[in-house]
Amino acid sequence: MKLTGAEIFVECLKREGVDTIFGYPGGAVLPIYDAIFKQSHFKHILVRHEQAALHAANGYARVAGKCGVALVTSGPGATNAVTGLADSNIDSIPTVCFSGQVFSSLIGNDAFQEADVVGITRSATKHNFLVKRVEDLALTIRQAFHIAQTGRPGAVLVDIPKDVSNNSCEFVWPETVDMRSYKPMVKGHPGQIRKAAIALLKAKRPVIYTGGGVISSEHGAERLVELTDRLHFPVTNTLMGLGAIPYDHECFLGMLGMHGTYEANMAMHHSDLILAIGARFDDRVTGKLEAFAPDAKIIHIDVDPASISKNVTAHIPIVGDVGTVLTQLLAELERRHGDIDKDALDVWWHQINEWRSRQCLAFEEDPHGPIKPQAVIRKVHAITRGEAIVATDVGQHQMWTAQHFGFRRPRRWLTSGGLGTMGYGLPAGIGAQIAKPDDRVVIFTGDASVQMCIQELSTARQYKLPIVIIILNNAFMGMVRQWQELFYESRYSHSYFDSLPDFVQLAEAYGGIGLRVSDPARLDDTLNEAFAVDGERFVLIDVAVAKEENVLPMVPAGAALNEMVLA
Amino acid sequence: MRHTITILVENEFGVLTRIAGLFSARGYNIESLNVAPTLDDTVSRMTLVTRGDEHVIEQIKKQLNKLIPVIKTEDISHKAHMEREMVLIKVRAEEEHRAEVLRMADVFRAKVVDVSASSYTLELTGKANKLDAFMRMLEPIGIIEMTRTGPVGMRRGEKGFVVES
Repeated sequence: MKLTGAEIFVECLKREGVDTIFGYPGGAVLPIYDAIFKQSHFKHILVRHEQAALHAANGYARVAGKCGVALVTSGPGATNAVTGLADSNIDSIPTVCFSGQVFSSLIGNDAFQEADVVGITRSATKHNFLVKRVEDLALTIRQAFHIAQTGRPGAVLVDIPKDVSNNSCEFVWPETVDMRSYKPMVKGHPGQIRKAAIALLKAKRPVIYTGGGVISSEHGAERLVELTDRLHFPVTNTLMGLGAIPYDHECFLGMLGMHGTYEANMAMHHSDLILAIGARFDDRVTGKLEAFAPDAKIIHIDVDPASISKNVTAHIPIVGDVGTVLTQLLAELERRHGDIDKDALDVWWHQINEWRSRQCLAFEEDPHGPIKPQAVIRKVHAITRGEAIVATDVGQHQMWTAQHFGFRRPRRWLTSGGLGTMGYGLPAGIGAQIAKPDDRVVIFTGDASVQMCIQELSTARQYKLPIVIIILNNAFMGMVRQWQELFYESRYSHSYFDSLPDFVQLAEAYGGIGLRVSDPARLDDTLNEAFAVDGERFVLIDVAVAKEENVLPMVPAGAALNEMVLA
Repeated sequence: MRHTITILVENEFGVLTRIAGLFSARGYNIESLNVAPTLDDTVSRMTLVTRGDEHVIEQIKKQLNKLIPVIKTEDISHKAHMEREMVLIKVRAEEEHRAEVLRMADVFRAKVVDVSASSYTLELTGKANKLDAFMRMLEPIGIIEMTRTGPVGMRRGEKGFVVES
């Protein structure tokens, strides 16, 4: 069967089980868009900017547990996609982005809308390809999906010159992918698992510290809960790892790190054993490296060998898929005689509960206002019974949501953890709503972040997505302002806006529903009104919140985890 | 510490950029990098010389292995191995120095590969320190130009560093 490159593209996506792609057409991808027009295997969601295509694919991938797919044109289409690629890649979200490229004969000639996209995206992706012959296209697409979804997942870009899309060849579907240079480990080394089990049973002050790897691994979260119930060890999550264990599980200490809870950070600092699972000890988690958990032995489970002993040396490294390794570890614990050191653990839990009693996330509310941002987040949790899919942008509202929302399940929490991309939230929420049309999607954002991809309101309207967007509006770039207050003697250099748009009118102009609230007494009614809207229009709520509220507690940059600033 | 790492990679477009890009992006230094095809035309072999403490070298090896087209790597520094490098040196050789240059070439077993009225171009293969010594001897006479390949390396013994089929 002879097919054109564009038809091969469609056929391959169909066979990869793709049901949705996010994109924006342009000259170099016209043949592919023509082939998309003629097919009915997958939906194409038209965004308003290529960055949003990648963020939407990211949101879709996280919620659906599948690979996100984006399609952009050459030159500016592809360069606009770079932020989204880097974002997905550092957060290990499986994403394949196809970019059009100018005709092969023009490559290198500075042609119209030409950019060296493979060069530009090399360090923003796990891998990338330039397809030189139509005969290579099917295998390349197969490999792209394989690489994006296996090992430590990530972003893969496939650059397709226009002539490759136009040319025809016999279509051959590679049934299996076997790359001699790429064979990620799945099972953990049994000897290491044995050592880990022995160390766990001997621990007196253990902590389980888990990250995004637990979410992305199949059965990772289930196994984590099983392990926690078996050992009754305290558990803390990274920003990326929230939802792996229910927030109301008695062993859960909350998030750790710069804006983590006091109990989580103190437990890490004083522990004698850290079981790190699918987390990478990044600087926002460890604080001052030299002072990090001085007495702890470290077991580190991760699918990416390069993440182990990169920042903090692991005593018992275990390379493998988190879900698989935890299954092995549970079996090993089952096999072993002896149990956890119950007496020591009692003492440890007593200490932890003392730290907990500091109530580090408590905040005061004034009935006369202004509205406290934390209160908004807690109320939305209550209204949605904690079941909503929650996306955020980046900054104070993101940290407050991480601290206060409370996540029950994995794959319901979308945030830009590694890259910290303002503008992520709205398109990610759009992607999530498309993946789960019947679920409630809430986007917490700020007055600064939301403006970075606000054009996507138009996408939300076009696809009749009933997302709820909550702007915690303090008329500042809140986190920048907070740092300027704390570390630059309150010199608020360019961290506020003189002329914010009227967000309510803006929402209406884009065809949605706009609401505004500034009086604490009106907050409940306004939120209830927003969540009662049942239809095809998005709702945007502009909530005027306390302008100079700070995110606390906080480990100041360069300090150790036990040097937290409490409220 | 100086480390010599041998690498087998898929012989495909852009591999060299990926390796070089990795070093610049992560702030590792490359002292030298040598690339050439192997008997199997789908595979290229590289010899990379870098410096760093154990922790940095460990990360370099992991990051190299993480690159998709990298098939395998081996740090041969602490194993019995040989390293050879080649240099081409163009030396000023006026009347009074012509004999001296040739004598030096003879002592180091260098070959004369090009001659002009006022210069000799010499070729020498050996360990890096031998090449260094050779150049030190020629420097007072006057080196016009020189180019070195950077070392290529291989472990001693019967075992080969190849792609298992």
